[in-house]
Amino acid sequence: MTKSTQTTGPAAPKLRLGGGDGWGYAPAPESTDHVELRDRYGLFIDGEFTDAKDGRTFETANPATEEKISDVALAGDADVDAAVAAARRAYNEVWSQLAPRERGKYVYRIARVLQERGRELAITESLDGGKPIRESRDVDIPLAAAHFFYYAGWADKLDYAFPGRGARSLGVAGQVIPWNFPLLMAAWKIAPAIAAGNTVVLKPAETTPLTALKLAEIIQDAGVPPGVVNIVTGAGETGAAVVQHEDVDKVAFTGSTEVGKLIRRALAGSGKHYTLELGGKAANLVFEDAAVDQAVEGIVNGIFFNQGHVCCAGSRLLVQESVADEVISKLKDRMETLIVGDPLDKNTDIGAINSRAQLDKIEEYLEIGEAEGAEPFQTSCPVPERGYWCRPTLFLHASQSHRVVQEEIFGPVLAVQTFRTVDEGIAMANNTPYGLSGGVWSDKGAKAFRVTSRIRAGVLWANTYNKFDPTAPFGGYKESGIGREGGLAGLHAYLRPEAAA
Amino acid sequence: MSERRPVAATGRLPVLKTHKVYVGGKFPRSESGRFDRALAPDGTPIANICRCSRKDVRDAVTSARAAHAGWAARTAYNRGQILYRIAEMLEGRSGQFEALLAAGGAAPDEAAAEVQAAVDRLLHYAGWTDKFQQVFSSVNPVATSHFNFSILEPMGVVGVLAPESPLLGLVSAVAPAIAGGNTTVVLVTGSRPLPAVTFGEVLNSSDVPGGVVNILTGRRDEMLAPLAAHRDVDGLLLCSPDPDVARSAETEAVHNLKRVAVRAHARPPAPDYAVGGREQHRQDDVSRLLRHLAPPPRTVGRLFA
Repeated sequence: MTKSTQTTGPAAPKLRLGGGDGWGYAPAPESTDHVELRDRYGLFIDGEFTDAKDGRTFETANPATEEKISDVALAGDADVDAAVAAARRAYNEVWSQLAPRERGKYVYRIARVLQERGRELAITESLDGGKPIRESRDVDIPLAAAHFFYYAGWADKLDYAFPGRGARSLGVAGQVIPWNFPLLMAAWKIAPAIAAGNTVVLKPAETTPLTALKLAEIIQDAGVPPGVVNIVTGAGETGAAVVQHEDVDKVAFTGSTEVGKLIRRALAGSGKHYTLELGGKAANLVFEDAAVDQAVEGIVNGIFFNQGHVCCAGSRLLVQESVADEVISKLKDRMETLIVGDPLDKNTDIGAINSRAQLDKIEEYLEIGEAEGAEPFQTSCPVPERGYWCRPTLFLHASQSHRVVQEEIFGPVLAVQTFRTVDEGIAMANNTPYGLSGGVWSDKGAKAFRVTSRIRAGVLWANTYNKFDPTAPFGGYKESGIGREGGLAGLHAYLRPEAAA
Repeated sequence: MSERRPVAATGRLPVLKTHKVYVGGKFPRSESGRFDRALAPDGTPIANICRCSRKDVRDAVTSARAAHAGWAARTAYNRGQILYRIAEMLEGRSGQFEALLAAGGAAPDEAAAEVQAAVDRLLHYAGWTDKFQQVFSSVNPVATSHFNFSILEPMGVVGVLAPESPLLGLVSAVAPAIAGGNTTVVLVTGSRPLPAVTFGEVLNSSDVPGGVVNILTGRRDEMLAPLAAHRDVDGLLLCSPDPDVARSAETEAVHNLKRVAVRAHARPPAPDYAVGGREQHRQDDVSRLLRHLAPPPRTVGRLFA
């Protein structure tokens, strides 16, 4: 078994488990033959697919093979204008006039077709974004459908959601989403917006536009009135045009804190509604009274889920000193079993890094961490020759001032620190400008409650990690963002109280 | 019977359907072997139906109880999916239900409207399964070092005296009960039971576990008292405009202090649609659900030590 025999196609070798012990899994690639991908995708504006007005396109590629999948239209200002105009017209003439129950039925239809086409969407997601098929199949796509299903049910119940407030939709929402959960983020944005009676213009990430465009096909097939959902593809400039458009009433952004601040600056004084879902540097605290084996699984899930491309990833491990040796030793053993490789192989734990640019950024942090004096540990598993890969990585003995502790890496890289007392652990967890999420591992219920309530973060998990549900609000404290998505709070973000008469 | 038309010009004799009851996910006949006649508005018999006994009622309660723990343990999302599935199946069989309602005397447009309203009502409660907890449970800011919260739980087994409205009334009684995690024993009385009996087939093909809804046909004066008095029934929903019916059933229900709700409307109101796209809610949409839920305050330990 050598590195060079690791490929991303059906020719993958039989033995893949790390450590060279001669035992491993046979390849189990998901077949892609029934997935239809077009060579060229247009913008979805006013219910139709159309080329960009100036004819520009960009390429989207498979990060596991570096091969082009499709050409995708690149929306310019004129296209964004057309999309916002379509959304405004649909809002005024159709969507805001529709009986809420009927609006809900459209959203239910979208949920059902997402379930029906789940396998195709999962494969497309893994091809375009590099995430393991196991995750796209079991997490991204089912959760996306569940979001539409959940918010569909709210459409005719807004008066119960916020009694006495006379909940009213906002108008046109401009939404920009990232590349780490392409379809799921589209669902988080579109489902509550349209269920609450708004219309939307959504800009997917430039490296992962395909599932959003398949969602556009589904929306078209579901008979949703033209203009209710518009999808404009492109890079940062397109996104800027969407969020800065003067006829947009509400901006919803998920992405980096840096870009979030730019958007907030652009919106200053405009009076527009906004929600910002930004970066994170979550602490995962393991106490000496934790169930260690379960905690190790939780640490692995917390940082290596989706290659660590997760804003709420548990990227800082804080272990109580008395159990640190045991936890780290078991963690290293567990990491050695993780399989890095073909995203379409059902055995794969860690797929491809989403893009060359992201891989460069992660590798830069690997150098920084070592230069700053943290002790790196990387597993020995083979990785394919082509494509963008990063083995699961630890930085042991990291200190609070290290950049790998302070800054969001957005890759499979975990900074490990130890603490002695509960208060010290909490203080270290809170010593960050971020506040998106966190984890606590302890078999003592009282301790879990006390600690989670003292960590300044929007989402806290006790004895688990990375659990998402459409009914549960998600969002950050501090520089991790403003506003919530999911649950009742996520519905609230697309409503305003009826103006006083 | 009306379907017993003479051999048509095609020369083909239609196959008539045997109407049975729906208990524990199966379609048995009454253990009593007795039958009644479903009648057209002019009094002509159109089908034979089961005339269930008190033993049938007790068997149905056993089925409902057996199904309750599993149904209540389903996730709210799963219950919502199943209610949505019922709506899908009913929509797909709307022609059949329109014909059954018409055979019972409804005008064609009334029949169509009733089926559509029944589908929409199922959808409405499909949406409530994963929402009522969020709207009506609470975290209570108690002045001691306890974490205190109140959640809603299903009542358990709910007995339902179905209203005369053959389809929409049945759906309006059953959908909120099962949305909240209860299981039901439904008594269908009166001369127009065919849509209700046929609705059992819709439930049976919608991933509703056997025993969650049990539908019995027969006479009120034979079935209601044993159901109302049954000690393993937790709640009772009486859809009847007759105060004497409510009085006697409520009296029977005292045995184990069942929670009893009485709906006097002959026909539940459909939601009205108002201008500007805003739906005017009937408050009873959600109160129909809430009456099947018991909200006990749950104080959870000294979580703040």
